[in-house]
Amino acid sequence: MSVQKTNSYKLGPDEKGYFGPYGGRFVAETLMPLVLELENAYENAKNDPKFANEIINYGKHYIGRPSPLYEAKRLTKHFGGAKVFFKRDELNHTGSHKINNCIGQILLARRMGKTRIIAETGAGQHGVAAATVAAHFDMPCVVYMGEIDIERQKPNVFRMKLLGAEVRPVTSGSRTLKDALNEALRDWVTNVSDTFYIIGTAAGPHPYPAMVRDFQSVIGTEARDQILEAEGRLPDTAIACIGGGSNAMGLFYPFLDDKSVSLVGVEAAGRGTNSGDHAASISAGSPGVLHGNRTYLLQDQDGQIKEAHSISAGLDYPGVGPEHAWLADAGRVTYASVTDKEALEAFRLCSRLEGIIPALEPAHALAHVSKTAGMLPKDHIILMNLCGRGDKDIFTVAEALGDRL
Amino acid sequence: MTSGRLEQRFAKLKSIGRPGLITFVTAGDPAEDACSSILQGLPSAGADIIELGMPFTDPMADGPAIQAASVRALKAGATMHSTLSLVRNFRATDTSTPVVLMGYFNPIFVYGRDRFIQDAIASGVDGLIVVDLPPEEDEELCLPAKQSGLDFIRLATPTTDDVRLQQILPNASGFLYYVSVTGITGDKSPDANTVQIAVERLRQHTKLPIAVGFGIRNSEQAYAIASFSDAVVVGSAIVDQIKSDLDKMDSRNPKLIKNVLDLVKTLASGVQKTTAPS
Repeated sequence: MSVQKTNSYKLGPDEKGYFGPYGGRFVAETLMPLVLELENAYENAKNDPKFANEIINYGKHYIGRPSPLYEAKRLTKHFGGAKVFFKRDELNHTGSHKINNCIGQILLARRMGKTRIIAETGAGQHGVAAATVAAHFDMPCVVYMGEIDIERQKPNVFRMKLLGAEVRPVTSGSRTLKDALNEALRDWVTNVSDTFYIIGTAAGPHPYPAMVRDFQSVIGTEARDQILEAEGRLPDTAIACIGGGSNAMGLFYPFLDDKSVSLVGVEAAGRGTNSGDHAASISAGSPGVLHGNRTYLLQDQDGQIKEAHSISAGLDYPGVGPEHAWLADAGRVTYASVTDKEALEAFRLCSRLEGIIPALEPAHALAHVSKTAGMLPKDHIILMNLCGRGDKDIFTVAEALGDRL
Repeated sequence: MTSGRLEQRFAKLKSIGRPGLITFVTAGDPAEDACSSILQGLPSAGADIIELGMPFTDPMADGPAIQAASVRALKAGATMHSTLSLVRNFRATDTSTPVVLMGYFNPIFVYGRDRFIQDAIASGVDGLIVVDLPPEEDEELCLPAKQSGLDFIRLATPTTDDVRLQQILPNASGFLYYVSVTGITGDKSPDANTVQIAVERLRQHTKLPIAVGFGIRNSEQAYAIASFSDAVVVGSAIVDQIKSDLDKMDSRNPKLIKNVLDLVKTLASGVQKTTAPS
């Protein structure tokens, strides 16, 4: 290892799965042998060139990688400042970045001899991606989804059913992503021998946060090469939205040691971070332990988890991946937040000016771009991850705008 | 030094020649006053050890019954402070029945680990079961709690092989809790023969008393499991009894407390029919 590497932000997690004080393996004993088995299998796969080649092949021929880098000229002109580029991960097969991780995890599941797939989903993007790879590899798939999310993401529920997955409604707690995760963990603890749990975000017990980040890092690795080719230099700012934070970790990770690149994660402020109805765990939460890891959480003074709120089902989660918690404390990534209303405006703006209907999740990232780009010089380069497309959100948006479909 | 209550209780059970009954209720379910009355009544109804749940919004290893109990308790205003005060009140009238707190780490972490250990001991708590703290996270709570005199009760499960057991046992104390099925509380019922084989395997590795729980709902099942274990844990069945005496508005049947204690009496009769394993 070279000397400079000791100052690297890319060395985590440690052998116990910690990024500084965050991360870890806070799971029931029944799951511990499975988590350890997964860790071993992943370590083994990581060092196997055949596994890497398989992922590259599926990326190219099934997902459609590399996704393009696109200069959003009309938005750039509209904002009147920094030059805005989109990393077009919404063009992936299934319509979001989630498929990158699902391919990686299901290939690992096959190596481990697992025969049944479970997943949790909020917006349904991860559920659709999991159902897709399960269909491709002919494995039964159960997707846990909160009752409220089922209502607001109907197109994705139907897609999952078409793909042969069983969507199990979750009626406990807040009936959204947090509770879907609880139910998936309950399923896993019940079906320990045959089941592989494909977690959709860079959270959960070690090795999930690191593994999901690794599978998503293809986003940042490609984008870094593409922007170097297009502009001859690195971007000044890289921006992504944050729910659990998988698309953001995927974009940020390859840039972590590029000191000239500012990294900005955008959380969902819902009706405002002072309203109590938001999903901004880093901006307005505190450290705690949930779903297998220590991280920033929305919780009350007694350690009870609060319900998150966001117009975007994919960001509606009261926690965040542990590596983000650590990067926030370390000051390497800045975390901002935008409201439902601001995200909706960005959603409309992107549709009208670029002919791209973004998902409500990256519309949050774009809302932050729209707030800041105009104040930046014209030679400032912003790279934003457009991590999903908005077809799934048209009902939600229509309702919010008072339109009837 | 621990309070010694768990050790004394298991020694006493051994001398009487029968296994024990461990009853689970969630602190503050359905409300603090009723829970307090249930706790006071448990020892004479036949509970040998009391497992008291610390309410949590996201009990990942528990089934719907125990999650609903947490929801009811939290709605009625339960906090870590009120949980500990329930134990304190119980201790005012009962100084010998062990009380074990069971729950998830976050409410403890947010309360403050050292303050929690101190306040739990001062309230008369004897041991802790923290579901989401495997041996890998022993430094978080297990080691400091044991050092201060709280027993830290470990779970062994059907997924625990002999190699894994060597991780679990070194810091285990009080008793070993064998989770009889893979799954969540109150879901499937265990097959007594399979559990017996597992318990006998555990005995080759530890001298700790072995309690068996998860999915034991009636006195027949309790009887079957008790024949080869040192104690039987019943939770969801008791919690379901509480629920069945509440209407949709959570108004209580006046007989709620009596009905819960009657169920415990029935369960105790199942356990007490058996003689302890030699």
